[in-house]
Amino acid sequence: MSETFEPVIIGFTCNWCSYRAADLAGTARVKYPPNVRLIRMMCSGRLDPTFVMKALSGGADGVLITGCHPGECHYIEQNYKALRRFILLKRTLTQMGIEAGRIKLVWASAAEGVKLAEEIGKMVEEVRALGPLNWNSGQLSVNSQQSTDHRLLITDNLVKEAV
Amino acid sequence: MSDELNLENAPQNTGERIGVYICHCGTNIAGTVDVAEVREWAEKRLKSRGVVIARDYKFMCSSLGQELIEQDIKENRLTRVVVAACSPHLHENTFRTACNRAGLNPYLCELVSIREQVSWVHTDKHAATDKAKAVLSGGVERVRHHQPLEPLRVPIHPATLVVGGGIAGIQTALEIADAGRRVYLVEREPSVGGHMAQFDKTFPTLDCSACILTPKMVSAGTHPNITLMTWSEVVKVDGYVGNFAVTIKQKARCVKTELCTGCGICQEKCPKKVIDEVYEAGLGYRKAVYTPFPQAVPKFPVIDKPNCTYFQKGTCKACEKFCPTNAIDFNQQDELITVEVGNIILATGYDLFDPRRIPHYGYGRLANVFTSLEFERLTNAAGPTNGSIVLRDGKTTPKVVGIVHCVGSRDRNYNNYCSAICCMQSLKFAHLVKERTGAQVYNFYIDMRTAAKAYDEFYQRVLEEGTLFVRGRVAEVTDAARLPGEEGKLIIQVEDTLVGKQRRIPVDMVILSAGLQSRHDSKEVAKLFGISCSADAWFIEKHPKLDPVATMTDGVFIAGCCTGPKDIPNSVSQGSTAAARVLTYIDRGEITLEPVRASIDETKCSGCRICNNLCPFNAILFHEDRLASEVNAALCQGCGTCVAACPAGAISGTGFSNEQILSQIEGLLLLNLNGARQQEREGVLA
Repeated sequence: MSETFEPVIIGFTCNWCSYRAADLAGTARVKYPPNVRLIRMMCSGRLDPTFVMKALSGGADGVLITGCHPGECHYIEQNYKALRRFILLKRTLTQMGIEAGRIKLVWASAAEGVKLAEEIGKMVEEVRALGPLNWNSGQLSVNSQQSTDHRLLITDNLVKEAV
Repeated sequence: MSDELNLENAPQNTGERIGVYICHCGTNIAGTVDVAEVREWAEKRLKSRGVVIARDYKFMCSSLGQELIEQDIKENRLTRVVVAACSPHLHENTFRTACNRAGLNPYLCELVSIREQVSWVHTDKHAATDKAKAVLSGGVERVRHHQPLEPLRVPIHPATLVVGGGIAGIQTALEIADAGRRVYLVEREPSVGGHMAQFDKTFPTLDCSACILTPKMVSAGTHPNITLMTWSEVVKVDGYVGNFAVTIKQKARCVKTELCTGCGICQEKCPKKVIDEVYEAGLGYRKAVYTPFPQAVPKFPVIDKPNCTYFQKGTCKACEKFCPTNAIDFNQQDELITVEVGNIILATGYDLFDPRRIPHYGYGRLANVFTSLEFERLTNAAGPTNGSIVLRDGKTTPKVVGIVHCVGSRDRNYNNYCSAICCMQSLKFAHLVKERTGAQVYNFYIDMRTAAKAYDEFYQRVLEEGTLFVRGRVAEVTDAARLPGEEGKLIIQVEDTLVGKQRRIPVDMVILSAGLQSRHDSKEVAKLFGISCSADAWFIEKHPKLDPVATMTDGVFIAGCCTGPKDIPNSVSQGSTAAARVLTYIDRGEITLEPVRASIDETKCSGCRICNNLCPFNAILFHEDRLASEVNAALCQGCGTCVAACPAGAISGTGFSNEQILSQIEGLLLLNLNGARQQEREGVLA
């Protein structure tokens, strides 16, 4: 187990641009840290703020939202709606005492695999610097600790303890 | 223990029987992810989530791998399938079809990416294996909430729109028209033909470009199934695959095409000369009323309003006076025409790199530096010099000519890519200069790229003709003489990398083999048709190798140089390929689409109308009588913005429902393991 805190970040991607950028990063073997786990949606406009809340309350230390560049939305203009929601959501989270750096909006076209990988790398470092979120102290012991494998370890230990 | 609380919240098993399949993809996945460990983990820890079978296999997409799934569905009564393999954009369909064959609704299968998103982007084996587990667990949670769906079936309108009348566009239009289907061929310029119509000879066969192109142009102009719309541009695209409504702006020609005979008297009589920047590449003149070249299709001229004396000053009307059929009509207005088509093919071509951007090559400053397109016009018998290769003064024949390769290509400062055609084009120029003037020719190249049928043989031929080749990127073209013999010449400063020496070579004429670039407005065009551009603004194909003419937008295809630099044979074959793809759709009569659509539960809808204005496709109707909104499934594109916005939660998005995404989040965060703990504990306690 390493000493550094390994954040978990949930990433929401658009089927037409950023998910493809992630595919492209893979095909080109561009490396980025394994802390991010992606969810595919049809459009960044599908992002219900509840999803972000759910992720943060469920143990994620940060949420990355990605979509097509302004003016390039597959659905004409829905990324602008994602942008509006993002701004409001960020304000709400800040008022709740959550650091603004824990959610991030990145535009990445289908051709920008390298850019997406770089943005993921940057965000992981930023969230690492912020430390664990510890949103739900009830689940704290399970969800906001150390690395993924360590998390699994803890879960295992909890089972043993419970037994 | 604090997890007592969590256990109550842990989602319960819904009684689904889930099969999990983890692909090795040879070593692509197995090299970084411990596949066996993931399988064991899924078997053990996801059992309580409904996983009844977990298998790993070398290549899940192979027929044996697929049969494995089919067999399990039948024998183990699986109700859900999760495949952890490559991106769903590659093999989702493969596994859905396998499920379908075994009698399981294809939409009950979920493909999670542990190759593009895990093994290929991470190096730490432990971390990658753990992430693969999380991703798999997300897929398992999600698939529990999948619903059996039926794909949407959409009829295909049998007409096709082709945008761009260059060789690729003409080819694709003719193929479709020959198959008996209606084609609308839209071209921005007054005539079809594109860049190929400007060339003199084509490499490597040295066919006369016009001789092989004009018959095709004439066929495109006269084909009963082709509606040719030149001097036109697409301004609006509505609808979706199978049912596009495209609005085309027919610019006012100011010539009545039903009366015009194409006799050309108007062009003769027009007193206004204009430099022809498009067809003659700025080397020649045309009139204000003009057809770009004698073989233009259609034969009808257009009046160039900004340059026409009548439109600018109110007097002249020479063309009207002399027209023998009274075909000139100054009052014609731009017209908007809407056509219905099922598919669209974009063949919008390229722009030439502007060598002014490389000031040290002197183009635009030193008179006898020419671009490749200018040289094409110089050698063309129909061009401004009637085909004689002369300097900018119009009479002197050059004695030494230098041809510079890779201008604006393979250069970090401009374009990284190779423009593919410049080597062969430069060889062609070398041959033509030698043949017509007997001049000494130097080729300055970085690498010779002659990789196609009969290309290298042509290179050998040009070598044997005595053309000199200097390997090295030209540093500068200058008229500043330093050494004897350089006066009055252009001096090419270059490092000859084969000799390892700096050389100064005095020449009379420099030809810059400029690279190809995406059209200046390609981004706007991409936006108009809903497709994407690469960083260099070329249109992106659905798959660079396996689907080179389709785009991510169903029903929109791309062909020719708009997807990247290409020679004529490749543009033609892409044109034909795109036509074949479209004809497949048309012959099938209908297309199946992903059933990703929004729908509104009217009993929950409060009639707040928040969703109404969010939809960019106007797919949401409001029923005043019932005070409820409804989604028109034919117009809905499935983006899900309304689903996310509905305050009452009345809108659900098929395929991407709240339950699906929320549970995927839980799975990704391994919250589902709470349930696993409970089960294990119960198991032990029992």
